[in-house]
Amino acid sequence: MKLSRKSALLGTAAFALMATQAVAEQRTLKYYADFDPAPLAAFEAAIAEFEAANPDIDVVLQNFDHEGYKTAIRNFLSADSPDLANWYAGNRMAPFVNAGQFMDITDVWTDNNLGESLASAKGSMTIDGKQWGVPYTYYQWGIYYNKDAYKQAGVEVPKTWAEFIDNCAKFKEAGIDCVTTGTKALWPGAGIFDYMNLRTNGYDFHMELTAGKVAWTDDRVKNTFAEWAKLVEPGYVTANHAALDWQDAASLLIQGKAANYVMGNFAVAVFKDGGMTNDTLGFMQFPEITPGLPRGEEAPTDTIHIPAGAKNVDDAKKFLAFIATADVQTKLNEALGQLPINNQSKVGDDPFLQAGFEMLSTADGGIAQFFDRDAPAEMAKVGMEGFQEFMVRPENLDKILERLEKARQRIYK
Amino acid sequence: MTGSATTAIAATQANTPGIWKRNQRAWAPWIFLAPGIAMFALYVIYPIIASMWLSFYDWDGLGTKTWLGLDNYVELFDDEAFYTSLYNNIIWLVLYMLAVPAGLFVALFLNQTVTGIRIYKSLFFFPFVISQVVVGLIFSWFYAPNFGLFYNMIEWLTGTGIAVLADDRYVTYGIIAAGLWPQIAYCMILYLTGLNNVAPDQIEAARLDGARGWKMLWHIILPQLRPATFIAVVVTVIGALRSFDLVSIMTDGGPYGSSRVLSFYMYEQALSEYGFRMGYGAAIAVVLFAIMMIFISGFIWKMVRDERGL
Repeated sequence: MKLSRKSALLGTAAFALMATQAVAEQRTLKYYADFDPAPLAAFEAAIAEFEAANPDIDVVLQNFDHEGYKTAIRNFLSADSPDLANWYAGNRMAPFVNAGQFMDITDVWTDNNLGESLASAKGSMTIDGKQWGVPYTYYQWGIYYNKDAYKQAGVEVPKTWAEFIDNCAKFKEAGIDCVTTGTKALWPGAGIFDYMNLRTNGYDFHMELTAGKVAWTDDRVKNTFAEWAKLVEPGYVTANHAALDWQDAASLLIQGKAANYVMGNFAVAVFKDGGMTNDTLGFMQFPEITPGLPRGEEAPTDTIHIPAGAKNVDDAKKFLAFIATADVQTKLNEALGQLPINNQSKVGDDPFLQAGFEMLSTADGGIAQFFDRDAPAEMAKVGMEGFQEFMVRPENLDKILERLEKARQRIYK
Repeated sequence: MTGSATTAIAATQANTPGIWKRNQRAWAPWIFLAPGIAMFALYVIYPIIASMWLSFYDWDGLGTKTWLGLDNYVELFDDEAFYTSLYNNIIWLVLYMLAVPAGLFVALFLNQTVTGIRIYKSLFFFPFVISQVVVGLIFSWFYAPNFGLFYNMIEWLTGTGIAVLADDRYVTYGIIAAGLWPQIAYCMILYLTGLNNVAPDQIEAARLDGARGWKMLWHIILPQLRPATFIAVVVTVIGALRSFDLVSIMTDGGPYGSSRVLSFYMYEQALSEYGFRMGYGAAIAVVLFAIMMIFISGFIWKMVRDERGL
């Protein structure tokens, strides 16, 4: 008896709540996203702020699991389209743009002068001279290292590739993996390749290669792999990396069993959860290989788009303009622990973010998105498998490159 | 005379009314079958035809389809990864068959009356009850470098550990071993039920004739277990050909694609994050279907023959 009265009360309360919402006549803005818990909280705060400024808009955020989202987006874009959807910059958005499933939002860019404030990401948001989304964050890639491991092996942080390789020999003597990685999910290996290629041949060549304009059997690509082989052939990379997830490799770095890890800045949270502090964890940019090349860096950008099937386009554009503002990007990225795109935004105090910001803003070569965003999905898959195979069996290099070349000729027609 | 004539007319009249009454016996089975046939046509026949049709197109699942004709197949037969998958599928088929004799011997071993035998039986059956995903996870930990039991055991024995799932030479065997664990349990339960139906008088008679051990098993028990063996072989062949979950959970086809099987390669090409080549995936599916058809028609042929008592 008591229970049912209670639930009846609850029911009336819920009904009353619904009624007030109906009275306010809000327009809903449906937003599909794939945030992890920390970014989700940051975005909820930003959305609350947006709703406070626009009381007539009700943003309904539907959060998906990261991996599930990548499949789900293909379904919901054609079936039941939201007004806003998360995705990634560069070639990764090309299939949706080409299939007409993302809306051209060049007007948001021109009306809000985003070409200036988001200048660093404009290139990666542009296809056919139009902009197709708004970026809200990016993060740097580079080498994270264990300072204690460096002390144990008695080596200095290297400046050049030659020094880096020399260090590796000493790490090996000390029983420490010079470079660790976990390529079970393939992509961590692509991070190493990107940097090897960016440093050996430069940003422009890297972009031509990922755009399918250069053959994989080209001598310049072979040079990249020759440099990479200096790391692989003597066994300076963690053995069995093909069976490890990137987090497993992170714990090797935390335990001091490995010295260096080519990773994205999101790994800092994992290192610190594992007990590393600013005193034991270091960050350096990938050392120079070919001297005098303009320095290209890697910084994947996360973006928000308006699907072509959106029902509430006006409010969606308003939301994108809001997300692009300096103040919002400062707050968002403070919580995300990443770098804002807007050049008027402030960067968090975290030394790794500061280092990344410094590194990216002085990159005179250009900013790459990451192999699986710069290259089309199919090429990325074949390529990353090749990189993994190379790191296990470097003697197969010629076979691998021939396979990649065959894939290139098929994929970029 | 008139009397018999009227009864005859009445009889014909009683037989004529309604098409339904006349055809009842012919139609009834079809009506009962109709829901099944409709479901089968919609969920089995139609998808098969649709994927065959799709395999002639280039389609990313979003845009427009382009007709390719046989190009997908031409590419497939020149695709290294396809041959790796096919080769792995054959290894799966061959090694998976070990589950049948292994299941038989576990069943023979457990077919005794000891206190608590039911508990032992359920324990042996347990791996089949848990999900393949869980089996895959357990075995990946078992093989995991640095902390896995298997890895440490090998390291203790030989000095250097083997990361089974990171080595293209062992990875497929490692996954098959994981798959055999539940599959043996499955075959075991099939044989256990079969053993319940073995005629005790024949065993008695054989014993009087002096049959013992292997002879008893080969000439008396096994012939009576033929139906169980048939089912065990069928489920094992099909299980080997559709192996997907374990590959996906344990290695994701890696390292560098060396543990792929056809079903996984199809998924990768058509549906995974970097795939979305629907036509090419469909072509792989058609090839897999053709391979399965060889076995399935064989089984059906045998079943029909048995039913006719040939």
